[in-house]
Amino acid sequence: MDIILIFISAAIVNNFVLSYFLGICPFLGVSNKTESALNMGLATTFVMTLTAAATWPVWTYVLVKFNIPFTQYVAFIIIIAALVQFVEMFLRKSSPDIYRAMGIYLPLITTNCAVLGLALFMVLRNYNYVQSIFFGFGTGVGFTLAMLMMSGIREELEFADVPPVFQGISITLIIAGMMALAFMGFAGLIRG
Amino acid sequence: MANNNQSLWHEFKKGLWDEIPPFRLVLGTCPTLAVTNSVINGIAMGLATLFVLLCSNISVSAIRKIVPSEVRIAAYVVIIALYVTVADMFLAAMFPPISKALGPYVPLIVVNCIILGRAEGFAQKHPIVPSIMDALGIGIGFIMSLIVMGSIRELLGFGSILDIKLLGNWFEPWIVMILPAGAFFVFGFLVALTNYLSRKKATETHGH
Repeated sequence: MDIILIFISAAIVNNFVLSYFLGICPFLGVSNKTESALNMGLATTFVMTLTAAATWPVWTYVLVKFNIPFTQYVAFIIIIAALVQFVEMFLRKSSPDIYRAMGIYLPLITTNCAVLGLALFMVLRNYNYVQSIFFGFGTGVGFTLAMLMMSGIREELEFADVPPVFQGISITLIIAGMMALAFMGFAGLIRG
Repeated sequence: MANNNQSLWHEFKKGLWDEIPPFRLVLGTCPTLAVTNSVINGIAMGLATLFVLLCSNISVSAIRKIVPSEVRIAAYVVIIALYVTVADMFLAAMFPPISKALGPYVPLIVVNCIILGRAEGFAQKHPIVPSIMDALGIGIGFIMSLIVMGSIRELLGFGSILDIKLLGNWFEPWIVMILPAGAFFVFGFLVALTNYLSRKKATETHGH
């Protein structure tokens, strides 16, 4: 029950993009086509789930145990960078098709603040191992959802008559604001 | 020598308008949106970012000839993470309430694209002094952007700036301005305003 709540909370109610402003760079940069938005979303979900699975043991059994929590940021960013590199090498060898679809997005994910944010929130909220993995997966699903919705709107927007100064980033941000307002409707669903 | 000073001044000045980070380059959007619900949070975040940017630009520029280019990004990220740890511990020790209000957004400076962008795009190709000017210009431009965002949101959301009440009791606060949606709206309109101003400038200089 607990796990389902964490999943829904991370995916919908406290959507990382729309309520914590994490992962805004790819959200603005890669959301102009539905296909690339979906691939970016899937690649990110994959890395996020792995990140949760890898950072939790390191945090619990190394950083806390040896009383060096202040190395948290350095440790987490190294884990994420190594993980992304590993996933890239693995995909290139094992499934070239998936690699072709996701490959170019993988390096971008290292500097996606949603991935590091996820590891930090996981520690702040004292999740256990299973909860952390579902939190990571739910966050990825929420990110993919936001990317897909935005890309759908932006494809329609190409036919709209937007004033020149609002074109591009500006109108995208205003649409994101409206989406954030709409997502607030879910707020009563779960506390926290 | 005069020429040299002029180019240093140019490195400093470009960050204030031509390459002002959030509005022109659309970098560092995450803190710009997240911590600007009040002016004081914006200033604290801006100063922390300026500190990290300055230190990382100096370090990256100093080691630019030693680091092999294959591992440079990893090296830069570790350098940045180190200085962020320093900034985070300093804030937590000296200004606990602000540190609490900023929460995980201080550690997230590690992945702020402005800092890695300056390391990769400027500091690794230039000596230390121009890198310092570059960091100061971009950092101050970033602080200005956060103050503008924070002022608009705090004024409309609470009727105050820096906790000083500016609008009387007649003013009904726009709650939406301090919520996530308000951050997106204000940012969107400010980007549009930047576009409008630079278009106007362009037609004035090239128009006739």
